[in-house]
Amino acid sequence: MKPLIALLRRDLVLAARQGGGVGTALGFFLTVLVLLPIGVGPDQATLQRLAPGILWITLLLAVLLSADRIFQQDYEDGSLEIMAMAPTPLELVVFIKAIAHWLSTSLPLSLAAPFLGILLNLHDQIIWPLIAAMGMGSIGLSFIASIGASFTLNLRRGGLLISILVLPLYVPILVFGMSAATGNPELVMPSLLILSAIALASLVLAPIAAAAALRAYLK
Amino acid sequence: MKITATDLACERGGRIVFTELNFAVESGRFLELTGPNGAGKSSLLRLLSGLSEPRHGRLKLAGGGGDLTLAEQAHYIAHGEASKSALSVAENLIFWRDFLGGGDLANALGAVNLASLADYPVALLSEGQKRRLALARLALVTRPIWLLDEPSAGLDAASQKLLISLMRQHLKSDGIIIAATHVSLGLKPDQSLHLSGASQS
Amino acid sequence: MQQFANPTRFLKIANASLPYVWAVTALLFAIGLYGALLSAPADYQQGETVRIMFVHVPAAWMALFVYTVMALASALAIVFRHPLADVAAKAAAPIGAVFCFLALATGSLWGKPMWGAWWVWDARLTSMFVLMLLYVGYIAIWQAIEEPGRAALIARIVALVGFVNIPIVKFSVDWWNSLHQPASVFRMGGPTIDRSMLWPLLVMGLAYTFLFLALHLVSIRSEITQRKLRNLRIARSGDR
Repeated sequence: MKPLIALLRRDLVLAARQGGGVGTALGFFLTVLVLLPIGVGPDQATLQRLAPGILWITLLLAVLLSADRIFQQDYEDGSLEIMAMAPTPLELVVFIKAIAHWLSTSLPLSLAAPFLGILLNLHDQIIWPLIAAMGMGSIGLSFIASIGASFTLNLRRGGLLISILVLPLYVPILVFGMSAATGNPELVMPSLLILSAIALASLVLAPIAAAAALRAYLK
Repeated sequence: MKITATDLACERGGRIVFTELNFAVESGRFLELTGPNGAGKSSLLRLLSGLSEPRHGRLKLAGGGGDLTLAEQAHYIAHGEASKSALSVAENLIFWRDFLGGGDLANALGAVNLASLADYPVALLSEGQKRRLALARLALVTRPIWLLDEPSAGLDAASQKLLISLMRQHLKSDGIIIAATHVSLGLKPDQSLHLSGASQS
Repeated sequence: MQQFANPTRFLKIANASLPYVWAVTALLFAIGLYGALLSAPADYQQGETVRIMFVHVPAAWMALFVYTVMALASALAIVFRHPLADVAAKAAAPIGAVFCFLALATGSLWGKPMWGAWWVWDARLTSMFVLMLLYVGYIAIWQAIEEPGRAALIARIVALVGFVNIPIVKFSVDWWNSLHQPASVFRMGGPTIDRSMLWPLLVMGLAYTFLFLALHLVSIRSEITQRKLRNLRIARSGDR
């Protein structure tokens, strides 16, 4: 347990000190939210209708853009090699690093995003379901992002490639995240349950897939 | 403790780097790997570290700690410093100490002469000081096998002396050192393995 | 040289069987197209445009089938570490992507007279679109990683991760669609289909399968040849 706690603590400290963490992601979020009314016009009703979808898609992109941080530095400076050699299984290392990414980026972002929706005139009734759905969905977002990050570990055009690889995998999270935010209260609970099932599946499967990809890169 | 390689063959990127490599190293001995660029010195160290697998042949570890694999009992020091510039010298070492299973921080800082810089952020260190920080891992966590890839690169004369005394101590306490070097380290190897780089197909 | 033993045997079998596979493909297409274009009646609602179905539906089947082949080959590659399995998966991807594109394009052509628009976000078309993206990602990863051995290792995992996701995507897109379009106006290739239309559809499906088999063999063959060339180049530069 001690190695994992040390790793979690280090990754969280690094996220806090290096920037590129939740602060920058929030900045990205705000930028998109400013561009949107400029793009589609300031009509209140239109913005209100688009708000949940825009917030979700911006959240997906913000998580995705921060994903390369999960492994890249550790790969470049040789830390990942040492971790791969240590008795701690690489799958657990991946798990902890994805948790650190979730705690430092996805979770705060998903808790803040619905409130930023006020800028888009987001309906009051939707805010809480949206927070719950985004909070639950963000687990899957971070873990699936870790798969993508492991696939594109040292590729020069990794940023574009990771989008093609990961965004299709985000489709289910987007669908059920949105169905929780339709304003129909009957849909909220089933959507949250399915989102939590997706989160659980990604908690188990993503570390296995990502660790296998990392080993291939370390060869 | 004894590492034996039998009929080892290594392939990297579709190219056969070496074949039919045989050697054995025992506790307390220092094996030096020499040879031109691309002869497979680093590749051999990566095979030993378990990061890559041999194309053919096998690596055996006799003796040593219980069920642990060769990789789990080895330090591998290559080109990467494995330190984070946003953390201080001590924070970096504390992380590795906890991650790799415990060790003596003060001893490690002293061994590479970084004690006075313990609270410095790594971002402010010079290249040579960063190399020393990477080497500090050797003294920090006890591992019987050291796999060193050009350990003296980027070190000044004084730091090289620190490295040599670290290696001497390790050999004295029955450790194994396998190091790839370009220039002689100044520590006489017990064994030497020359990789010629002539690839057979 | 040992690693070439198997591909060489494969090449022999492939070269011997390819003419027959092509012949069967041509025969099946002849029968299937006759059934589709001439013998099957025009739909009482859709008129002649229903015939697009005979191109569209088998293409959609094949797009799924080929991804399954890719995932299976990738799984075999992981278990048996056989280089031919990686080659088979890699060679299948562009063919599957073309089938997928064909399904999307004919779906769009079919949609114009049916829906009055070139593109409608119907559940099936949307899932097909996501499948297309999975194909694109898989092909892109092979191209992006320069070292072929490493590319093979990563591509295997990409294929399997995509495969696990296909049913989940399908399920979620159906759910999404039911939210937005409660009453489905029109379903492509629904279960109630007249026998006079069913047999040409099945023959066309078989024809597509054989077409894939032929293209896959050709594609694997050229991939093996490329690898041999590459290895020869490396061996030659190593001698110098």
